[in-house]
Amino acid sequence: MGGKTEVWQGTLALMVLKTLEAMGPLHGYGIARRIEQTSGELISLNYGTLYPALLKLEQEGAISSEWGVSDNNRKAKFYTLTRAGRKQLQREAQDWEQANTILARFLAPAGEV
Amino acid sequence: MGKLRALWMRVFALFGFGAKGTELDAEIASHLQMHIDDNLRAGMTPEEARRQALIQLGGVEQTRQAYRERQSLPWVETLGQDIRFGIRMLWKSPGFAVVAVLTLALGIGANTAIFSIVNGVLLNPLPFPDPDRLMMLNQKEKNFEFASVSYPNFQDWRKDNHTFSSMAISRGYYFSLIGSGTPEQLDGQFISDGYFDMLGIKPLLGRTFTASENLPGAGPVALISEGLWRRKFDGSANVLGKSISLEGRSYSIIGVIPASFNLSAARISSRDIYVPIGQWRNTELQNRGDGMGLRVIARLKPATSIEQARADMSELSSNLARAYPDSGTAVGVTVAPLKERVVGEIRPFLLLLMAAVGFVLLLACVNVASLMLARSTSRMREFAIRTALGASRRRMVRQLLTESLLLSITAGALGLVLASWGLHAGLKLLPDSLPRANEIGLDPRVLLFTSFISLLAGTLFGLVPAFKSSRIDPQTALKEGGRGVSGLRHRAQRFFVITEMALALVLLVGAGLMVRSLQHLWSVDPGFDPKNALTFGYTLPPSMLSANPEAIRAAYRNFDDRLAATPGVEAVSQSWGAMPMDSDSEAVFWLDGQPKPLTTDAMNCTLAYIVGPDYLRVMGINLLKGRFFATSDNANTTTVGVIDDIFAKKYFPGQDPIGKTIVLDGKPDRKVEIVGIVGHTRQWGLVDDDAQPLRVQLYTAWMQSPDGFTKLAPSGIDEVVRYKGDLTNVTDAIRRGISQMSNQQIIYDFTTMESIVADTLASRRFVMILLAGFAVLALLLASIGIYGVIFYIVGQRTQEIGIRMALGAHRLHVLRLMLWEGIRMALIGVAIGIASGLALTHVMSKLLVGVSATDPLTFAGVALILMLVAVAACYFPARKAAHTDPMQALRSE
Repeated sequence: MGGKTEVWQGTLALMVLKTLEAMGPLHGYGIARRIEQTSGELISLNYGTLYPALLKLEQEGAISSEWGVSDNNRKAKFYTLTRAGRKQLQREAQDWEQANTILARFLAPAGEV
Repeated sequence: MGKLRALWMRVFALFGFGAKGTELDAEIASHLQMHIDDNLRAGMTPEEARRQALIQLGGVEQTRQAYRERQSLPWVETLGQDIRFGIRMLWKSPGFAVVAVLTLALGIGANTAIFSIVNGVLLNPLPFPDPDRLMMLNQKEKNFEFASVSYPNFQDWRKDNHTFSSMAISRGYYFSLIGSGTPEQLDGQFISDGYFDMLGIKPLLGRTFTASENLPGAGPVALISEGLWRRKFDGSANVLGKSISLEGRSYSIIGVIPASFNLSAARISSRDIYVPIGQWRNTELQNRGDGMGLRVIARLKPATSIEQARADMSELSSNLARAYPDSGTAVGVTVAPLKERVVGEIRPFLLLLMAAVGFVLLLACVNVASLMLARSTSRMREFAIRTALGASRRRMVRQLLTESLLLSITAGALGLVLASWGLHAGLKLLPDSLPRANEIGLDPRVLLFTSFISLLAGTLFGLVPAFKSSRIDPQTALKEGGRGVSGLRHRAQRFFVITEMALALVLLVGAGLMVRSLQHLWSVDPGFDPKNALTFGYTLPPSMLSANPEAIRAAYRNFDDRLAATPGVEAVSQSWGAMPMDSDSEAVFWLDGQPKPLTTDAMNCTLAYIVGPDYLRVMGINLLKGRFFATSDNANTTTVGVIDDIFAKKYFPGQDPIGKTIVLDGKPDRKVEIVGIVGHTRQWGLVDDDAQPLRVQLYTAWMQSPDGFTKLAPSGIDEVVRYKGDLTNVTDAIRRGISQMSNQQIIYDFTTMESIVADTLASRRFVMILLAGFAVLALLLASIGIYGVIFYIVGQRTQEIGIRMALGAHRLHVLRLMLWEGIRMALIGVAIGIASGLALTHVMSKLLVGVSATDPLTFAGVALILMLVAVAACYFPARKAAHTDPMQALRSE
């Protein structure tokens, strides 16, 4: 193992949503780079896997897409968080934090519980 | 919500809406471009920049695949492929597809139609709430289990019973409607109060009548049918309170009965007009000894059994017999479910039809199974190739299932069309006496069931190649071209053909026996000549209702003279009382010189015909001895009677009845001198007459009827007429002649005696036509089956035939060889069919007349027909075999 973690199933969608919330409209490549950067280069993302995930989110109505022009004048498809997506992000972030807290308690050294 | 939306998007994408695959390609291209740009900026060489970008992107094909699967619904796409392929495969063998679809459709259609009719008629014949508790009550008399009920008895029954929640009486009656438009005879009914409440019928408008309105002397009220309301009152809402003139008397309309009350069964039927029976001005109504054609229906109390009701009524009846010893002809009460009375007679016929149509379905299934098997064998090689190319068994089963489903869905749709068509045709053929015929619709459960059964048959045998091919080494199958496994197939297919032949034979025998029965019945002498004889009803003007008997007789004499002078009319006569095969009437008597029996019960009973002097000429009945009536037999001369030969043998054995006297109607002064003997007529129909207990017949002269009786005649009497030439011309001439006499008298219900005779055979004819139809269908299916198999065998043995011919076999020899294949199967099938037929036909022996259930002529005849058809079906493929070119046959593989 090179010290980099594969993206866990199901968390990719959450990362995408969070990225779009933080960055505003962004294309697939930008989202991928942003996720890598945010994770402190700890995550190795196979960029290709991002696109089916984006399609799924779009089908579910969490994001919408539109062709536009990138900063470097390249044609690119930009994704935007929708209202439904914002709500979904809030809900999933909450769930995630709760799960984290619970797990953290389990995994903490025995004496501290 | 999100999930649902996603599914919706994917379904959309199936049909090519929304995002396309090419968009992904563009997106990936843009992604790569941006990544390469970044890498270049980071100082990589162009090659390295591109390489790194591609590595980080990962497998583009996997992405595409994942994207595509995400984009729409992959399994639906595979199904679409299967369907397209299936249609192509069926398209390539249209003969197979057409025959399979037609066979299934016929099976499904015929079954659905027949089962729907049987269900509708047998299981649910009465359109009333809680119909199982409705009972029909009849007086039980010496010769009749189902005699009509006298009004005083009914009143006591209704008052004193403990087991019925309600009881009502009805009696058909023709009212002459005069005053508004053309005089018209209304089909009416006298009913007691509570009649409609008991049946659960609510009036469309207004109300039904009350018990006090049923009392004699109450103001006349009437209920009219929705039909009459629309016809005569234009469906106007203010019809209530209007009056309608019946027989010169004004009745106030108080309600309209909905057209949905359209029962016609067991002599209780929907009519144009309903009048309280208390309005009937017939003095005989109050006579406890006279049934007067009254029918009683009653509704059982909840939680009361029919046995309890029978016990209750039997006790009631014996109490009445003790209280009124002189008047009771009844020895008890018959309590029978109304449903039974309505469908009892037709049930065995319908059950027979159901069995027959079940056979047809079985045949259709066998045929489809055999077709599928033959087809699957010819596709052995295709499936071997697919196995060799790595197709999984699951995939092939799926493909075959799709094809079977395609066939079945097509067949089901066509079957539905055939079923609704067959239903209408079947209902048209149904005898009129059947209830609710116009309410019967297709039963979706039946359609589902038959579709499922035929689907199963097709699918099971259609799947064979998929299972076989996975077991057989594809190499062998490919090498043998499917022949390696054909031995087993031959056996299975032979089995199918033999089964089909046997089934077809049984159906043919059933149909044949029905045809022979009817043939026999048509040749039975009814005792009269129904050809060129007709009957109709006739009422005198209302003013005659209260005329004196002499005036009434004069009016009838006048009428008869006018009628007899009409062009085309050869002879006329009144007919009152009994009419052969149409209505019955009885009278009690004792032989003069014997003491008067103590009760009516102990008296002798005879069918009573009250007719005119020309009756024998009109009806074509033979005079055996003595004389018939003459115009000189009138009210002032000796009352005379004529008896039939059965009467003579029964009551005057070894004596000459002529000159003997009988005492009629329980009245010592009503003496009738017998002056002649005529041949017996089959009062009870061609089939049942021999078995009836009451067969003796007495004719009396209408002009000598007692005065009380004569006074009833103006409200309606039947006339019988012998005519020559065209029926329509004659009836038109009669109508014209009568309207010239007076526009206040009415003639109605022209019926030929021939149709009266035919009606008695209607159920049988219905069954015969359907059975014959099924038998022809079976014959067709079986011949398709045997044709298919011989055709297939010829195909399989082409090489062998080629060798035989190369070695010098003659064409005729090959033809014989192939024909023999078919004949052998047909013979075995016929043998099995005859054996099963002999075992099965006895269930229909009750429906047969004049022919035994094992009639050798029928069996031999249908066996011969079946063999001929089988040989004909085999001839075409056999001829093809005989014309094989040996060189080509040998070269082909």
